[in-house]
Amino acid sequence: MAITVRIPTPLQRLTNGQGEVSCDGKTVTELLGDLERRYPGIKERICDPQGKLRRFVNVFVNEEDIRFLQGDQTAVKDGDEVSIIPAIAGGSYSGHVTV
Amino acid sequence: MSYVIGLKCRECGRRYPKEVVFVCEYCFGGVEVDYDYDAIRRVLTKTALASRPKSLWRYRELLPIEGEPTVGLTSGFTPFFRADRLATALGVRELYIKDDSVSHPTLSFKDRVVSVALTRAKEFGFDTVACASTGNLANSVSAHAAKAGLKRFIFIPADLEMGKVIASLIYQPTLIAVEGTYDEVNRLCAEIGAKYPWAFVNINIRPYYAEGSKTYGYEIAEQLGWRVPQHIVIPAAGGSLITKIGKAFKELTLLGLLSEAHTKFYCAQATGCAPIVTTIKARADIVKPVKPNTIAKSLAIGNPADGYSATKTVLDSGGWAESASDDEIIEAMKLLAETEGVFTETAGGVTLAVTKKLIEQGTIPRDESIVVCITGNGLKTQEPLMNRLGSATRIKPTLASFEDNLGDRIRGVSAR
Repeated sequence: MAITVRIPTPLQRLTNGQGEVSCDGKTVTELLGDLERRYPGIKERICDPQGKLRRFVNVFVNEEDIRFLQGDQTAVKDGDEVSIIPAIAGGSYSGHVTV
Repeated sequence: MSYVIGLKCRECGRRYPKEVVFVCEYCFGGVEVDYDYDAIRRVLTKTALASRPKSLWRYRELLPIEGEPTVGLTSGFTPFFRADRLATALGVRELYIKDDSVSHPTLSFKDRVVSVALTRAKEFGFDTVACASTGNLANSVSAHAAKAGLKRFIFIPADLEMGKVIASLIYQPTLIAVEGTYDEVNRLCAEIGAKYPWAFVNINIRPYYAEGSKTYGYEIAEQLGWRVPQHIVIPAAGGSLITKIGKAFKELTLLGLLSEAHTKFYCAQATGCAPIVTTIKARADIVKPVKPNTIAKSLAIGNPADGYSATKTVLDSGGWAESASDDEIIEAMKLLAETEGVFTETAGGVTLAVTKKLIEQGTIPRDESIVVCITGNGLKTQEPLMNRLGSATRIKPTLASFEDNLGDRIRGVSAR
């Protein structure tokens, strides 16, 4: 069993089109490290060059915003569900509309 | 003729063409409009401005449209005046009010952003516009879209004041009352916007829409005789107005229309919904969302889209922030009306109550110039004032009844 990570539409190009992937780790930081090993290039979209979570990316562990938990040190365990959600997108928006 | 170069991410600086892009595809930061200021400097002079119509479009070079303006031709350029009676009440020397409570046609500063957003939406070829709103934006999109002949879907929280509901319905939009907070309405609209080809003015057209707020700042500078105040107190819901007044003053300086701008910016929110004030006071980087509970419903945004940039504008300027309780809001609405004859909505009460608090704290000095930003009209938010203002004296249509009932008010008045 592993941790399920939900990938927002704009980043699914990096996960071969998958909206959900499995990863391992004890904290959100470790989890993102594992995500990067499996899908190279994805971490720089979620974290800034210093490795801090980008300002407009929200991460939820089991529906709880990690800003209200322990931030990127929030513990995760097998069976948890982690969602990565761009702040402005309301869940599933790619950010580009064609008229 | 357009002076827009393109769009640029506020976070990482990546550039985008001037299309319907509102979020950076790389880092998810908000994007904003970038202009060719060298070209603007050559045409936007004080002399040129002096002969232009008194509307927000007099600053057209600094607004993100491609052709001529088509919406809101009579909006903007609202009254700006010295408020000496209010200054005396607050114990300060130089106080001004910028009064968008009488903005044409829908009595709030939202006419500015909507004029720009709908002009741009028409240029993009949209035939339907939409918005998520705490009320004023709903009124403004409903009205301007009616005049522009656009279809309109307006989403509001279901518990809005009756005045704001009626002042939307009269324009016959499709009005959708969502059972939830504004933040839930907004989130729903983002999903709807991803599915339907509509111009959501405060979502997918946001970079263009938000630029309209700059005109509030340009007007203050021009109406003050091409200078800026030392202090300005601004209400915050999503935080965009603070950010854009900051941008406006910077642009005017860059264009040589202001010699220098050292204004301190202050953020005003209701205590029952103060996520930006909390962030400023903590000098923090991240705005923590809250669940709003305040009579200032037009400011009841718990997860403010521009909370971070508003925080940065305030702290970089050396300003500060405060919040006001429901009682303080009502007292300030009454004070503004009694001293200056202006009936503002609850949000204006927030701004004035916070101004008073900042002066009493000594945060704003009593002998420096202050501008209070009044952004909406009290006729739209009457519910909280019920039973707070006393009532009319009811009499029979006779002189005897008048004198019987008003004895204490007319005693000592020498009758003819």
